[in-house]
Amino acid sequence: MASMRDIKRRKGSIQSTQQITKAMKLVSTVKLQRARQNAERSRDYFTGMYETVTSILAKTAGMRHPYLDGSASGKKAVVVMTSNRGLAGGYNSNVVKLVTRGGFSKEETVIYAVGKKGRDALARAGYEIAADLSEIAEEPAYPDAMRLSGDLLDAFAKGEIGEIYMAYTKFKNTVSHVPTLLKLLPVEVPEGREEQAAESSAPMNFEMEDEEALNLLIPKYVTSLIYGGLVEAAASENGARMQAMDSATGNAEEMISKLSLQYNRARQSSITQELTEIIAGANAIT
Amino acid sequence: MEQFKLRIITPDRVFYEGDAEMVEFNTTEGEIGILPGHIPMTVIVKPGILTITEKEDSKEAALHAGFAEILPEGVTILAEIIEWPGEIDEARAEAAKRRAEERIRENTPETDMARAEAALLRAIARINVLK
Repeated sequence: MASMRDIKRRKGSIQSTQQITKAMKLVSTVKLQRARQNAERSRDYFTGMYETVTSILAKTAGMRHPYLDGSASGKKAVVVMTSNRGLAGGYNSNVVKLVTRGGFSKEETVIYAVGKKGRDALARAGYEIAADLSEIAEEPAYPDAMRLSGDLLDAFAKGEIGEIYMAYTKFKNTVSHVPTLLKLLPVEVPEGREEQAAESSAPMNFEMEDEEALNLLIPKYVTSLIYGGLVEAAASENGARMQAMDSATGNAEEMISKLSLQYNRARQSSITQELTEIIAGANAIT
Repeated sequence: MEQFKLRIITPDRVFYEGDAEMVEFNTTEGEIGILPGHIPMTVIVKPGILTITEKEDSKEAALHAGFAEILPEGVTILAEIIEWPGEIDEARAEAAKRRAEERIRENTPETDMARAEAALLRAIARINVLK
């Protein structure tokens, strides 16, 4: 059995670790609240955007356009949204796995990294990192999303990349975050949109040509998807960290109570031993 | 006068929500003014001044990018960038205008003309809305 001093020292170190994890949990709870508000505020905008784009797509069904058919290039771009810092449980590795196990070959894929953890993990795995925008991961703003989508669409227009994906973590609620791979371009036709469009009461009239409308609307749509991904990823990151730190605090608690028990037993047995020795000594004298 | 519901949404906030008698702004097809009962239409925004005429007074804002969904009973503007006059930094807008004008004047091969023109339009819209 370990000595009393060893057990005491161990307990102390676990206690100070627990204090740190507790503090980190509180910090991420506060950050989560803010990030969640951001994510919820962007939802109105996103829904309006989605409806408009679906209605124009329904109207232009069968039309040939690079945004709908893809370009000749076989290269794929993946926007990978992870966090800049660790200690968030499986948050980062789950997103990275979407790429490494998602059928993206190392030669035909370029990575647009948002978040240092994903960038480093994918660079180690041998993927080409085309751009690193890690500084926007923590507090995403709309102009950041515009810059990123501008770069992507430029590369798409030049034919450098043929498909654009986004790997991020969808924020369902505080405890449930789903790593998601979303195809940004060519625009995928959502299931059943024809019926939806037929149901919608207001037929959409565009003042310009359909093709021009696509040219102008699709970039805005991609930007809004990227922005939505960024704010949801930020919320998920803090949610994941909060959970990880919560269970770390719980585990520390458990270890401390086990060690307390051990410590008390060790103390008890050392007292018993001393007593036995004293009594044995006293008996020897008399 | 008759009114319609006007909603202006940006990615991070609801910019304006209320009843308006008329709303005017600049689109890719020219300036338009919308009254209640307009035919359904979707238009793309060009940088310019957005004027909201309410029952009592009228409001102005600098609208830079986005699009508008017009229905007979209401208008929803999805604005990527929009600012109230109070949120605009005049000195910065003036500087941006000068920079954009210079870029267009020089017109070197690497100048992105579309970008410079868009920047100039944005700066002019900001300055005009302050006047």
